[in-house]
Amino acid sequence: MTRRNWAALAAGAIFLAACGGSGEGDGPAIKPFTPNEPFSPNPYPSTYEAFPNAPVLITHATILDGEGAKIEDGSLLLQNGKISAIGKDLQAPEGATVIDAAGRWVTPGIIDNHSHLGAYPSPSVSAHQDGNEVSGPVTSEVWVEHGVWPQDPGFGRALAGGVTSLQILPGSANLFGGRGVTLKNVPARTVQGMKFPNAPYTLKMACGENPKRVYGYGNGSFPGGAPFSRMGNMAGYRAAWIKAAEYKRKWDKYSAEGGEMPARDLELDTLAGVLAGEILVHMHCYRADEMAQIMDMSKEFGYKVTSFHHAVESYKIADKLADYGACSSMWADWWGFKMEAYDGIPENIPMVANAGACTIVHSDSDIGIQRLNQEAAKAWADGKRVGIDIPIETAWEWLSLNPAKSLGIADRTGSLKPGKMADVVIWSGNPFSVYTKADQVYIDGALMYDRNDAAFRPVRDFELGQPGEGDMK
Amino acid sequence: MIRKLMAGVAIAAVAAMGASAETYVLEGKKVWTGTGAGMIENGVVVIRDGVIAAVGPSTTPKPEGATVISAEWVTPGLISAFSRTGIIEVDAEDSTNDAVAAMSGFSASLDASDGFNPDDTAVDVSRLGGVTRVAVAPQPSTNLFAGQGFIADTSGAQDTDIKSDAFTFITLGEGGAGLAGGSRPAAWAQLRAAFEDARAYPTRYIAGGEGDVLSRRDAEALAPAARGRQLILIDARSASDLNAVMDLAESNRNLKFAILGADEGWRVADRLAKMKIPVIVDGFSNLPSSFSQLAATQENAARLSKAGVPVAIVNLDDSTHLARLMTQIAGNAVANGMDWDEAMKALTITPAAIYGLSGYGILAPGAHADVVAWDGDPLEVTTNADAVFIDGEQQDMTSRQTALRDRYLSLDKKDRPYAYVKP
Repeated sequence: MTRRNWAALAAGAIFLAACGGSGEGDGPAIKPFTPNEPFSPNPYPSTYEAFPNAPVLITHATILDGEGAKIEDGSLLLQNGKISAIGKDLQAPEGATVIDAAGRWVTPGIIDNHSHLGAYPSPSVSAHQDGNEVSGPVTSEVWVEHGVWPQDPGFGRALAGGVTSLQILPGSANLFGGRGVTLKNVPARTVQGMKFPNAPYTLKMACGENPKRVYGYGNGSFPGGAPFSRMGNMAGYRAAWIKAAEYKRKWDKYSAEGGEMPARDLELDTLAGVLAGEILVHMHCYRADEMAQIMDMSKEFGYKVTSFHHAVESYKIADKLADYGACSSMWADWWGFKMEAYDGIPENIPMVANAGACTIVHSDSDIGIQRLNQEAAKAWADGKRVGIDIPIETAWEWLSLNPAKSLGIADRTGSLKPGKMADVVIWSGNPFSVYTKADQVYIDGALMYDRNDAAFRPVRDFELGQPGEGDMK
Repeated sequence: MIRKLMAGVAIAAVAAMGASAETYVLEGKKVWTGTGAGMIENGVVVIRDGVIAAVGPSTTPKPEGATVISAEWVTPGLISAFSRTGIIEVDAEDSTNDAVAAMSGFSASLDASDGFNPDDTAVDVSRLGGVTRVAVAPQPSTNLFAGQGFIADTSGAQDTDIKSDAFTFITLGEGGAGLAGGSRPAAWAQLRAAFEDARAYPTRYIAGGEGDVLSRRDAEALAPAARGRQLILIDARSASDLNAVMDLAESNRNLKFAILGADEGWRVADRLAKMKIPVIVDGFSNLPSSFSQLAATQENAARLSKAGVPVAIVNLDDSTHLARLMTQIAGNAVANGMDWDEAMKALTITPAAIYGLSGYGILAPGAHADVVAWDGDPLEVTTNADAVFIDGEQQDMTSRQTALRDRYLSLDKKDRPYAYVKP
């Protein structure tokens, strides 16, 4: 139960509707919450650049384009790091590697919008618990990227499962856990070398049992402190938003009129960024009634929740979530490990999709992230048994396009639309089968993983010189 | 085609409800027997009086008046070789968690079956996943000795068939080190002393003496295991911990061992095979989650199996609520090199053999009629169980989860609140 215990703690929009953009350039730059800030909104910028690769033409594959289309005997051309063309019988350009993928399937890379890799890395020893700044209920001043260890072997396992981008979130101990970070799943010496260029920042918030347990019952004292109850949770969020609104007013005034520069506050920088619509809110929330409270609160303060995470009761209010426009990031079948997970059902994902609400399959697990395709497949099949018949090519949106939307990167990745990043997986067969493996994984057109070639199976520093180094994992 | 068959199953299920000791004919496009009969294409399984009366090809005589159920696949009911189903309702709520007893003065004598509640919702969920028996272990609390494990069926009936004292559960490795005071030497000192206490029972205690580690009751409970009359299930992960367990086994040839975890088992597979020690693994373990799992790989189950080690596959990530995911894990073991037949055995025959459950985990005349009809390959993630039989009785296929699902399946209730929808 180690993992589940972490889930209990660690687990706990501005929907950049940019999907369908031109795919040119690197997308929108990270913006300041107010136009004339005298400080950088992006002081730890990405240093990631796509790795070189000859053009790749994949032929005779069953292709899911990630936007609802399935192409039999299809071709896909990756060139200069981008999806260059998709269709049938494409011609290989000069110098291209041609891969005959007959019998195999091709999809956009999987994007997990809920991971703690690097922040709760393997090995899970005491020195590695960097995912929750438990020191207070409001820690929007912390940025998870400052706690992400790029040598976590879990990143490599996720790559072998076809994950090409992922969001690392702080844990759910706090009401406001801090900023999340979106990464390309490439090995690097620094976290900056993994950061998805110009992805918007995100904010992790948490509902329910975790914050009130950690703080209300914390440190062995009773009562520990606020929040002690769900009432206290709501009061804690609202008090913080009131401070953030005031802070933002001061900065807006300063931007417009000049005068004495307001004092800077890291905690409120992040919250003001949310109120300005530049930082996306990802909120751990299990229960339907709590999600409804949060949606009202977001209207009270003028922001939007991009995605509710875990959301095991989304099926009860899928209509309301669709109306509001929040995604649900869900497991296929986790349930019962705590009271707020007690009403989890295996049909949650298809029932949310069936109501027309944004549907995402997430992992929150270094094990689950390795086969999110199977998690989607289970949910898809459970839906079919109750008459929710969704084509696989549509269901794949739960794994790539919808999570990309929730991270504000859908204009650049998440589907096989020409011009987008060539983040692509070649599967050994139908990825909704348990027997299928990711054969090759391309990130920005570069081969980063090849199941059949040890030269393209990365080994993180931690595993060098250890038993099992370089083994098929 | 499949849907048509599924509809057929549903009708048959309704007709059969409430009738016990009925005769059933299960027709499967594939019938996996787990015996020398192998896989039978278009096979038939006849269930009568709680046992399997016949297994054979489509020409097998079908008794008059039998309820006929057609399915894609028919297999023996699955046996979870390690779970906490039925002793935990909600893990995080202590009042509903009977697996662990941190404040108890007892250890080896804690009998997990005293905590079994057939009404636990995870029992139904496991059954709906095709799991018909579960081996349930207590969680270690105050020392290495977690207590007594049991085997139960998943009928959810108040008269659930329970085999108590099926094994004693001991945690070694990193976990054991922590429980024993902080190191592996402390764990082994505690283990050796406790075995001496148990072997000295009752003599030492009658004489008014005390055990070095175990109280009188705990010594009494550990005595059968310490004397080779009860299975000892040991949690151990690293190659060195596994070797240490095998050293213990070598110097105590009369004791019966099985190992839980064995993440690095493939590194010592030949020795495990030679010593005929079965292992219960979670095939998903492939991360260096601790320094005891550095060489963990998803090929562990396949490598152990190929070396001749008896392998059972379980879900250790959530052994309470999702014991049923053992099918997905076994399917992944196949994707990582395990023979499909061996993977099925890891969910049926091997757990039965580990716990000495004769006549379980197979489809053969005279065997207990724990049988599952599936809508596809049971190891496939898109497959579900259509019908489940335990001791020849067709089981209810509803759970609290299906009730919640059916209440909210259609979100168009306008005339009354959803609380009035009672599926």
